[in-house]
Amino acid sequence: MKTENQKAWFFVLPVLLLVAFNALIPMMTVVNYSVQETFGNNVFFWQGLDWFQQLMRSERFHAALGRQFLFTGIILAIEIPLGVIIALAMPRKGFWVPVCLVTMALPMLIPWNVVGAMWNIFTLPDIGLLGYFMNHVLGISYNMTQSPFAAWVTIIVMDVWHWTSLVVLLSYAGLVSIPEAYYQAAKIDGASSWSVFRFIQLPKMKQVLTIAILLRFMDSFNIYTEPFVLTGGGPGNSTTLLSIDLVKIALGQFDLGPAAAMSLIYFAITLLVSWLFYTLMTRNDTR
Amino acid sequence: MAKITLSNLRHSYLPTPKAREDYALQEIDLNWDDGGAYALLGPSGCGKTTLLNIISGLLTPSEGAILFDGRDVTTLTPEQRNIAQVFQFPVIYDTMTVYDNLAFPLRNRKMPEAEVDRRVRETAEMLEVTNLLNQRASGLAPDNKQKISMGRGLVRDDVNVVMFDEPLTVIDPHLKWKLRSKLKELHQRVKATMIYVTHDQTEALTFADQVVVMQLGEIVQIGTPVELFERPQHTFVGHFIGSPGMNVIPCELRGKKILMGDTEIPIEGSFTEEAEGQMEVGVRPEFVSFANKGLPAVVRKVSDIGRHIVVECRVGDVPVRAIIEKDAPDVGQNIHLKFEKQQTRLYCDSWLVSKPSSAANRKMAS
Repeated sequence: MKTENQKAWFFVLPVLLLVAFNALIPMMTVVNYSVQETFGNNVFFWQGLDWFQQLMRSERFHAALGRQFLFTGIILAIEIPLGVIIALAMPRKGFWVPVCLVTMALPMLIPWNVVGAMWNIFTLPDIGLLGYFMNHVLGISYNMTQSPFAAWVTIIVMDVWHWTSLVVLLSYAGLVSIPEAYYQAAKIDGASSWSVFRFIQLPKMKQVLTIAILLRFMDSFNIYTEPFVLTGGGPGNSTTLLSIDLVKIALGQFDLGPAAAMSLIYFAITLLVSWLFYTLMTRNDTR
Repeated sequence: MAKITLSNLRHSYLPTPKAREDYALQEIDLNWDDGGAYALLGPSGCGKTTLLNIISGLLTPSEGAILFDGRDVTTLTPEQRNIAQVFQFPVIYDTMTVYDNLAFPLRNRKMPEAEVDRRVRETAEMLEVTNLLNQRASGLAPDNKQKISMGRGLVRDDVNVVMFDEPLTVIDPHLKWKLRSKLKELHQRVKATMIYVTHDQTEALTFADQVVVMQLGEIVQIGTPVELFERPQHTFVGHFIGSPGMNVIPCELRGKKILMGDTEIPIEGSFTEEAEGQMEVGVRPEFVSFANKGLPAVVRKVSDIGRHIVVECRVGDVPVRAIIEKDAPDVGQNIHLKFEKQQTRLYCDSWLVSKPSSAANRKMAS
């Protein structure tokens, strides 16, 4: 009988330990908290699925989740088409290519809390460049700390400013990989520029766009730093996205049980949407 | 279908070309008959793709004009010229079915759907892809993909010319000859003017009625495959066509005599005696044989390639190849070479200067 060499397991062990300590074990503690209640002193009481049930019926959670989907939906609807349009407009060769690429990459190099702080100062009604211009030159009342609408516009514009570049760079990479012969063939076939986009450029960009949408979905769905620095979730609760609400419950109110239950549901939603989207997009791929 | 005329054509990729080297394409004058099958043959970088792109309209020439049936089309787009082109790598529209791929050029031209259907089915029949019509084009094998790209050209009945830019490069060897004979058959069926660009002499010689050999942006010879083989106008054509290529051996002129060392070499007919410059004798390995007297040589290598034996000899420092059927000499043996007189030509600065004798001419004509 053939004896199997089991030595390979030893080589997997370091990775297993690494993943265990930085992901699995911390997550299990969250699972642990989510089914218990504590009043401090390290004393815990079994709570079963109560926290989950409570959360599912909580209007506060529904509202935060709604705001989260609205935010992600809006920024995807803006950033993906805008990114593709900018990538299409970018030059394919010559002096301007590196200039465009570096300019595009710049916003992504700025730390997230700095982006939040920058936009916070930028929009101050009395001294901020944008705030002053809107209020005193154009005469449009614009104050993020008072108007929920202004706050929403600001966090969306900020995210578009910060992350459209990612979509641009990925789409551009997809575009430049299309051989010249495709464009020549399309010319000979008498294709319109819309047909070239629809039947050559878009199909060739499909894979990078799938990745772009996935990355932008996950990042924007889990967004915390920028809106927290910019609006702190206000005015009122109008820009309290899921992650901001979660931190409020976990650290503000120190309700570890409900916060843990919310984290798990939050995680499950992100995972489920990403998986669904990826499976749908790649289902027809022949490879 | 159209007769194609290239007149005083020159092209440079530089904005302000000055020297001769600045031109990717030297002065070209050419007439191609309606319905002919032509090949552009030359090594990589000789300008054949440039010339092809100028004919198709993807490139505007720096100087000169292109005429289709006498009509100047130099400034027209590929679409307006009504041409079709098949590229080196198969270009197909991945998201469409084979049917939609073939229908694409027709639908772009707003042809009624019934007519589109008729033409697509007819073309598919011709290319033997009818059973694939409803498949997604992205999953096809490379040879079928290339057939579809060809089909997008053939589906239009108004094309002036169908052009092929090394279309068999990415095709597996065993499918190559199948596709090549299919092409020949298609040409006979649709009777369109076809231009085929390649660096493969077998492809060019089997496909074309007439082959245009190019080198360094210049046309060195236009002729039928037989002409190119028997009477290369330039030593380059001799080298490039044939396997192995023509032997080109430096020689000296003394009056009417052609000398190689101390041996006189008899050649065909007559030559211009005033010719000055680098003189060379050209003879194909097929017409070199061994004899008791003649040009002394040493055998360096003997390769039996099945059908015949290639013997590589050296005359002084110059390699000379001979193709023989049997009785190969040993390596290192001293031998004498004999060239068949009627097939031995004289070249001056690489261009042919000898002419066949009138007797030989008569023999060839009869």
